[in-house]
Amino acid sequence: MAGKLLSSRLATLVLLAAIIAVVPLLAPSAFYLRVAAVVWVFALAALGLTILMGYAGQVSLGHAGFLGIGGYAVAIGPAQFGLHPALCLVIGAALAGLLAYLVGRPILKLKGYYLAIATLGFGVILALIFHSESQWTGGPDGMQVARVTLFGWRLSGAVNWYWVTGGALMIGAWIALNIGASPTGRALKALHDSEVAAAGSGIDVSAKKLAAFVIGAVYAAVAGGLLAAMNGLITPDAAGFMHSIELVAMVIIGGLGSVFGAVVGAAFLVVLPQALTFMHDYEQAVLGFLIMAFMIFLPAGIVPTLRKWLLERLS
Amino acid sequence: MAEFLQLVFSGLTVGAVYALVALGFTLIYNASDVINFAQGDFVMIGGMGTVFLAAAGIALPLAALIAIVGAVIVGLLLHKLAIEPARGASPVALIMITIGASIFIKGIAQLVFDKQFHSLPAFSGDTPIAVGGATILPQSLWVMGVALALFVALYLFLEKTLLGKALLATAANRLAARLVGINVTIILALAFGVSAAIGAIAGVVVTPITLTRYDVGTLFALKGFAAAMVGGMGNPLGAVVGGLLIGLLEAFGAGYISSTYKDAVAFVVILLVLFFLPRGLFGGRSVERV
Repeated sequence: MAGKLLSSRLATLVLLAAIIAVVPLLAPSAFYLRVAAVVWVFALAALGLTILMGYAGQVSLGHAGFLGIGGYAVAIGPAQFGLHPALCLVIGAALAGLLAYLVGRPILKLKGYYLAIATLGFGVILALIFHSESQWTGGPDGMQVARVTLFGWRLSGAVNWYWVTGGALMIGAWIALNIGASPTGRALKALHDSEVAAAGSGIDVSAKKLAAFVIGAVYAAVAGGLLAAMNGLITPDAAGFMHSIELVAMVIIGGLGSVFGAVVGAAFLVVLPQALTFMHDYEQAVLGFLIMAFMIFLPAGIVPTLRKWLLERLS
Repeated sequence: MAEFLQLVFSGLTVGAVYALVALGFTLIYNASDVINFAQGDFVMIGGMGTVFLAAAGIALPLAALIAIVGAVIVGLLLHKLAIEPARGASPVALIMITIGASIFIKGIAQLVFDKQFHSLPAFSGDTPIAVGGATILPQSLWVMGVALALFVALYLFLEKTLLGKALLATAANRLAARLVGINVTIILALAFGVSAAIGAIAGVVVTPITLTRYDVGTLFALKGFAAAMVGGMGNPLGAVVGGLLIGLLEAFGAGYISSTYKDAVAFVVILLVLFFLPRGLFGGRSVERV
């Protein structure tokens, strides 16, 4: 009974909704809401990687590149073409999906280290383009993003953005959970365990992998667009190598393949630097140490380990 | 023609460093199946360590020696504290561990050293030598000479010494190596130590040309990795040829096309090689090790 409850889709969504609803009641100032909104955005990006890495078992070390596409779409569209930011968010997501579709075909044939390096190289090239094409992207300093107006209502302030990002995360989590339980989700989990066996049972392995890659890219682009619009600024660092590593670290620290794990991992890596501002110089060392420590001592991640412990206590 | 020659010289100089980083990758990959993303940070430790020890008044050769020993200690600790405890982890987990180690080393380096660019004086002066209309810096000859010497030394070590053969045996089949009485743990530590030494030596000789900073390791690692992959993962000769090739392509790309995208060359090469020659120019034994 308890086991069923802990692993049900509805329970995850209700718990997530409860957390999103409760945080504003506990937050002592708007600053905390702002940090929470950043957590929701990164959780959304991490959810895309959860589908790719957790369900399908394919790694991407260049995922921040898609985040950058979404961010720059929201920045460049209104500034250069006078398009509405919301439309640009959709265009950015579509572009990221299209690029993932085109690049994913050859890249996803690779496995293990080779896939990791190919996606890494792809991400670095994207970041370099954002860095160098300064007539479009503003170069290394990045560019301002115009304030968003929706139906005559100016979207600004930590509270408004908190609900927008929280809502986006709820939708993202709902879709990710449903994908996990759909035939495609089961196919992805099957090819994660054994590609040969999955292909033997009639699963089109390369098409399913490609679908997971495209979905992951769209998630990242939407998150990138929201992040850029919320911050009012986008820089090439958003698409950089370190960001890609942080996204992967979120998914693994939270718990590979767990939707709630992506949220926990994102919260962990976003809140930690804020909590450590008094020892700012050590931030990089602490991040590196945590990644190593989690990989070595808690490879399953926080959420699955906690769930297992809870189930053992209950039974 | 003079311009062409000039680009060849600069390409071979950087290429020699990439080749050394790739050689370090290959050594660790062969012995332990781990791709060590912290390889570039050994280059940084060699360069930065020498700069700061020399600034403290220690003679350059001694400073370089201490920095190289320091890098070897870091390499051994990396193996002992991070790789060994995670035995049996998946390739992705191992990649994340070495990336974590690389971030950690950079974090410590900016505390121990600083965040500025540093240089070393060239070993034999800065007077360029004229060759066929182009010029070459004496330090470039140092880089290429040291790379060649290290490659020959590594070859002799692997082929002519018992310890080297034990390393090759461990690379070929770890279980069989253990059965014939090879202490595999020591061999793996040896691979990490030698690999760190190669990286640090490369860092010492290249610093007068390219400068160094706490975070230069990332690009060296990525390009060295591209070199190792172009040559075919696990093949030492391939690593050297791959390194020189990437160095040359980068120099030609910067000279004839655009210097903005110089750093993209290595990644475009990786993607092309992976798509069209998944086993590299010199064909590794297998793409996936089971």
